[in-house]
Amino acid sequence: MEILVCVKRVPDTAENEFELNSAGNDLDRDDLVYSVNEWDNYAVEEAIQIVDNVGGNVTVVTVGDDESEEVLRREMAMGANNGILLSDDAFEGADGKGIATILKAEVEKGNYDLILTGAQADEGAGQVGGMLAAMLDYPYASLVNKVEVDGDAAIKVGREIEGGNQEMNELDLPCVLSIQTGINEPRYVGIRGIRKVAKLEIPVKGASDLGLDAATVGDAAAKVKRVDYFVPDMGDGAEMLDGSTDEIIAQLIERIKSKGGLA
Amino acid sequence: MAEIFAYIPHSAGVAEDIAMEYPDAAKKIDAAAAVTAVVTGSGADLDKVVEAMTGVYSSVIKIDNEALAYPNAEVVRKALVSVLPADAIVLLPHNTFGMDLGPGLSIKMDASFVADVVDIDSCDGTTLKVVRQELGGAVSTHVSCDVAAGAVVTVRGGSFVPAEDAAAGGAVVDKSADAGDLACKRRFLEVVEAEVGDVDITKSDLLVSIGRGIEEEDNIEVAQELAEAMGAVVSCSRPIVDAKWLEKSRQVGTSGQTVKPKVYLAMGISGSFQHMGGVKGNPYIIAINKNPKAPIFQVADVGVVADILEFMPEFTEAVSG
Ligand SMILES: Cc1cc2nc3c(=O)[nH]c(=O)nc-3n(C[C@H](O)[C@H](O)[C@H](O)COP(=O)(O)OP(=O)(O)OC[C@H]3O[C@@H](n4cnc5c(N)ncnc54)[C@H](O)[C@@H]3O)c2cc1C
Ligand SMILES: Nc1ncnc2c1ncn2[C@@H]1O[C@H](COP(=O)(O)O)[C@@H](O)[C@H]1O
Repeated sequence: MEILVCVKRVPDTAENEFELNSAGNDLDRDDLVYSVNEWDNYAVEEAIQIVDNVGGNVTVVTVGDDESEEVLRREMAMGANNGILLSDDAFEGADGKGIATILKAEVEKGNYDLILTGAQADEGAGQVGGMLAAMLDYPYASLVNKVEVDGDAAIKVGREIEGGNQEMNELDLPCVLSIQTGINEPRYVGIRGIRKVAKLEIPVKGASDLGLDAATVGDAAAKVKRVDYFVPDMGDGAEMLDGSTDEIIAQLIERIKSKGGLA
Repeated sequence: MAEIFAYIPHSAGVAEDIAMEYPDAAKKIDAAAAVTAVVTGSGADLDKVVEAMTGVYSSVIKIDNEALAYPNAEVVRKALVSVLPADAIVLLPHNTFGMDLGPGLSIKMDASFVADVVDIDSCDGTTLKVVRQELGGAVSTHVSCDVAAGAVVTVRGGSFVPAEDAAAGGAVVDKSADAGDLACKRRFLEVVEAEVGDVDITKSDLLVSIGRGIEEEDNIEVAQELAEAMGAVVSCSRPIVDAKWLEKSRQVGTSGQTVKPKVYLAMGISGSFQHMGGVKGNPYIIAINKNPKAPIFQVADVGVVADILEFMPEFTEAVSG
């Protein structure tokens, strides 16, 4: 099975305290720690496990800048066979549809049976996979937490729905799936693993390589644009306790009692 | 201004809560707009929902087809593309169904797509300006969306003011015959119910809930000791279950359990809406987090900036002492 996994380099929410820049129109990006989108690691792991079982190849692809190469290399250290970087000044400012359009052009250069994305990335949109599928006229299932490969014509998948219930579906191949966390346990990548793939060639493709008209992707074509970042007025927010730990704990115990949580 | 359509999710003959919130969202897009509810499904359950929606919307489109008995996103998409005008603004829920349907629907309608909208700022001509969050709720953004050729907008539940159930006396338009060919490449098989675990976190008045801030599996013991000292139960956020450190039945959130304790102690939990979506009944929320900017502090009643790994053992001692 030939599998393409779409991955994205994102600011790591576990490692950063996000601040706005002094102009207030963007994040202060100077010291941000980036990593591969959490959901994408699960997608790559799933792809590797499928190929381990039924044979084939895993290719990881990203639309990004030079720095995005590091996430491709990380996923290759996990076990992906190939990496492709789609990068061009013309791609800057692309909205979700723009990213899906660029990815579609690359998909059509290959011969993939299965395309995986993460369920969502840093912007919490969860859009690229579903858009890509619709553009290709492939069937799509989002939030997949189980994949059963059985033959080349169709695939059986479980979708995680509300309450932790699982919706089972059968999809014709080729198809696109967005992968939910928890579907597997992504393998650990150490420094040695990264070193092993450090010299592997990662082709970089731009708009002309993909046969894309620059005007159909990127900022000019984007119909959906972030205008600014801001700090919402959420009313009062929590009452913040300070003082010594002992004092704070004494206060908390009082409050838990008064609210009926402690006898 | 384009017409606004609100897709009504429902099960067992009952519309989901979001059905009451769309009218407020629609009013914020265009105060003068008439909003049309769209209900797809089959048989008596569908009729019940359509009937209920005539009390909320002035116009209700009904699409009845056996293929729509279960809301398979691909089938629903085909029906909507056949029935809705090309420049429609379509409101969907930002839940597991809306995430499944929305992006592809926008492509097939050649419309803009904007997901997980928590507020609507304005609509100036064909530019819709919405409020979203990024990075798990850590930051908010304004996003502009060109709606000239229509738009698909998924709306976060709980973000808009629910409509009073007024007698709108809505007219029902049956568009079942216009649904077109609903054959598809994705077939729904069945729903497998979540497994029941050993512990029922939904019954406890006091939950000690741990998130990724617990850092390592071995530290879970620290939370268990605190819970034991308090007569509380340990629950958790999703990453703890994903890592297989606790069983799924302890997960609080939209894809886990809905809990209604009196007091909820959030320990090293950032406060994503999917997590908080499982915390109901307006409990007293105590948040302990080492990041003073953690979004959880916006929804908690009381907050402490601290390292839970140092804080919890002292807490245990004080409670036991
Ligand atoms: C469709 C869908 C459904 C989902 N359903 C659910 C669900 O049901 N339940 C759920 O929980 N999530 C759910 N999620 C995931 C959700 O979006 C978040 O990713 C998740 O809730 C984050 O969990 P967290 O707060 O524990 O981790 P993080 O967001 O990583 O937050 C960890 C927090 O701990 C703090 N911290 C770190 N170390 C310490 C320390 N030593 N002391 C104190 N604080 C510390 C950090 O400052 C941070 O605020 C769902 C996602 C999707 C897409
Ligand atoms: N720039 C990108 N390059 C490659 N894949 C992407 C990119 N942006 C998003 N994706 C894929 O789409 C998924 C969902 O992201 P999003 O739609 O942005 O929430 C991610 O997990 C990736 O698999």
